Amino acid sequence: MLKIQVSVNGKRYERSVEPRLLLSDFLRHELGLTGTHVGCEHGVCGACTVLLDGEAVRSCLMLAVQADGHELMTVEGLADVNGALHPIQAAFREAHGLQCGFCTPGILMTLLPFLREHQSPNEYEIRHALSGNLCRCTGYHNIVAAARLAAEKMTSSANA
Amino acid sequence: MSTRLFGQRILRTEDPRLLRGEALFIDDFVLPDTLHVAIVRSMHAHAAQLRADVEAARRHPGVVAVYTADDLGTQMKPGPVLVPPPPIPGSTFNARTQTPLAKGKLRFVGEPIAVIVASSRYVAEDAADLVVVDVDPLEAVVDLDAALAPNAPLVHDDLPSNVAAYVAQRRGDYAKARAAAACVIRRRFRYDRGAAAAIENRGVIANWDARTNELTVWDTTQAPIPVRNALASSLGLSESQVRVIAPYIGGGFGPKIMFYPEELLIPWIAMQLGRPIKWIEDRSENFVGTTQEREQIHDAEIAVDKDGRILGIRDSFLHDTGAYDPYGLTVPINAQCTLLGPYEVPAYESEFTVVFTNKTIVTPVRGAGRQHGVFVMERLLDFAARELKISPVEIRRRNYIPPNAFPYNYEILYQDMAPLTYDSGNYQPALEQAIKLIEFDRFVQDQPKLRSEGCHLGIGVVSYVEGTGIGPYEGARVRVDPNGSVTLATGVGTQGQGHFTSFAQIVADQLGIAQTDVRVVTGDTRDMHWGTGTFASRGAVVAGSACHAAALRVREKVVWLASELFEAAPDDIVLDGGRAYVRGSPSRAISLGELAQKANPLRGAVRPGTEPGLEATSYFGPERGSTANGVHALVVEVDPETATVRILRYVVAHDCGNVINPLIVEGQIHGGVALGIGNAFYEKLAYNSNGQLTSASFMDYLLPTALEVPPIETAHIETPSPLNPLGMKGVGEAGAIPVAAAFAQAVENALARPGFEILEIPLSPSRLYELLSTGEEGPQAL
Repeated sequence: MLKIQVSVNGKRYERSVEPRLLLSDFLRHELGLTGTHVGCEHGVCGACTVLLDGEAVRSCLMLAVQADGHELMTVEGLADVNGALHPIQAAFREAHGLQCGFCTPGILMTLLPFLREHQSPNEYEIRHALSGNLCRCTGYHNIVAAARLAAEKMTSSANA
Repeated sequence: MSTRLFGQRILRTEDPRLLRGEALFIDDFVLPDTLHVAIVRSMHAHAAQLRADVEAARRHPGVVAVYTADDLGTQMKPGPVLVPPPPIPGSTFNARTQTPLAKGKLRFVGEPIAVIVASSRYVAEDAADLVVVDVDPLEAVVDLDAALAPNAPLVHDDLPSNVAAYVAQRRGDYAKARAAAACVIRRRFRYDRGAAAAIENRGVIANWDARTNELTVWDTTQAPIPVRNALASSLGLSESQVRVIAPYIGGGFGPKIMFYPEELLIPWIAMQLGRPIKWIEDRSENFVGTTQEREQIHDAEIAVDKDGRILGIRDSFLHDTGAYDPYGLTVPINAQCTLLGPYEVPAYESEFTVVFTNKTIVTPVRGAGRQHGVFVMERLLDFAARELKISPVEIRRRNYIPPNAFPYNYEILYQDMAPLTYDSGNYQPALEQAIKLIEFDRFVQDQPKLRSEGCHLGIGVVSYVEGTGIGPYEGARVRVDPNGSVTLATGVGTQGQGHFTSFAQIVADQLGIAQTDVRVVTGDTRDMHWGTGTFASRGAVVAGSACHAAALRVREKVVWLASELFEAAPDDIVLDGGRAYVRGSPSRAISLGELAQKANPLRGAVRPGTEPGLEATSYFGPERGSTANGVHALVVEVDPETATVRILRYVVAHDCGNVINPLIVEGQIHGGVALGIGNAFYEKLAYNSNGQLTSASFMDYLLPTALEVPPIETAHIETPSPLNPLGMKGVGEAGAIPVAAAFAQAVENALARPGFEILEIPLSPSRLYELLSTGEEGPQAL
């Protein structure tokens, strides 16, 4: 067992873990943050995407011990402390960008850093950014629309 | 009364929980003291003399128990046939279902052999590696034609051949139709499908409470009530002792309606060990252990007159059912019936043979065989049109069943055991809408110029029908709570279809409340005892109609009670904004909550015969399914050097009767089309000659991404169904059904090579390149 220290959604955790424990399993089963979902465990579907020091990573392709000393953010950290939806979350609701909702946390966490860097992305840029996340319900049509709406919302709230 | 909610684009009430990551999916449930399961599965497609040595696994630290077939006692019997075959005269059906764990013989890669129960999944998987499986390998039955050869190895030794079933249905006289034909087209088609590949895999958690003698099971099932019934029956419990909960489910698409070995084993082990047991399928298991849909080979013939009118069709096909056939004949019968599409076919002769193979079991996947039939029909029409030099659009227009011919009876039996009868329809408007949206005429005009510029653009337009909303029935219970909120319970599970919103819209309309005031409970057998499940595009139609019926009855109770209180005629009572009042006197209103309290007097006397509460349970069972229809049109660009295909535009004009929520319906269409695109060009379950699935990961089995799926334009036509009070038809599978047929037509149109025909699905860039290279001219000639 190895001792690790991580910060997740601004909260510090210290745990002893087996070196082989996946970061996704650590977040879900050790910390109880079950919003991060696991769809393939081989890095293709993107459902388990979380932010590591602000960058989108697949938590099923990392070991918990590799996150030692780093800052993580999961879908649970998106809404504000009063529960108000983040502009990306609100956009997904308004544009019907989710159906079963299983792939959604990974998609939200993929879009967060993308939209921070791209204030008004075009359709191709959005689709390219999403191309590492599989969704079987929506055909991506409304996910793309939601991403576009989210970009508008984030820009206007940044300007507000 | 406020605006009717039915038909409005209402945002989903379930979304905030899902978006915050708060919705509980199967793997999110935590029960104290839980043990975790890993399953040892067959690596062989076909083998005999199975010997599994589990001693080392049993001794592994952290392992609590290991079970093989020999440990199962009375549970070691074949599972149920979930869907009995319809009573078609002259048909045969050999039911073979799997035992919970394999004994003696192995029949497909992925078949469960042993169950390891341990302190964690990690430890259970360590121990699974220690199980030594020894077998005598047998030649695998993989290819359908070879499976029927006289000396083929047998999947089931007690049967004389690998024939699982044979069914023939006919209407009219095909020989006569053929003799009168101006043109007869005959082809062999191979249509293969694939994995449902829901992003959430399956999972089961079971807890046996020995103090209350109650079993609670969380299960990623689309059909919690049948699972509850099967568990009670298998485990010797009464149905009231078993509660099955289908929580939030990460996509269903068909294969989550089953009674899998794991769905029996996990609860049984929970009872054996007296501790909560959890099994979560991983993606590798999902590819082999979860049911799929696969190949049919059709030898089909169409006879048309000189104007392209269909005189008759003859079809003989083989259907791969895999190692067992627990889902009866649903998939091949859907193919057989849906082939007829929206067209008048005076003579139809269709027979199929279902074949056992050493592959994963085949059961419905979104579309459920309809794709295969639609592909055959639409391709035959394309070839007939080409032969007769009429446009593919025109040949369809000429063959539609006219709007005054409904109900239209095909005189053959459908999967719901009733005659295949279309309740209603108006087919031409969808075609005209689609070709207008895709700008068909302009495309045809521009195409020669584009071709001369070296642009290989092609257009495809196809039609389909979808049998939806079949029986037997669903139920709903609506109750006004004393706090004024309304609870709606229905037995169907939900996998993302928006039931929490659309069912609430139906109920809220009757009670004069907002849809957000309705708390919807789905898929919990404690709250609804009776029902069957979410499949065959039936949730909105059948369960939705039950919600409507129950809400109407509660409305009557509310109105009656309010009329008593106000001493007014029931017709004068208005329900609005969660209150009841006499028309014209909204200031003197009583809230639904107060009425609910008054409907449940705790002291005093009531009139004999009074039922307490503002509550009603209603059931809805349609006499038969309602038939939806539509037209898909697309424009593709083919690169003849690399054989890659890019979809530039995609249009769906569809008719699913009256629409509850257009937002949700459009979403269903979009997702279906994406699945269809995957089936047409990207996804392939590639089995080798040993019966090994060589594409058993998302690295090799390619789901379409946001880059492959184009924007999808939709148009609604509403032809209400007469079979339910709200005039609804299902839509869940519509998007997925005709995509490959449209894709094939468009790719052929783009390439415009004489003699080049697409007779198989799925394609891929490499397969398309191969097909082009083996033609009379190589791809370089393009």
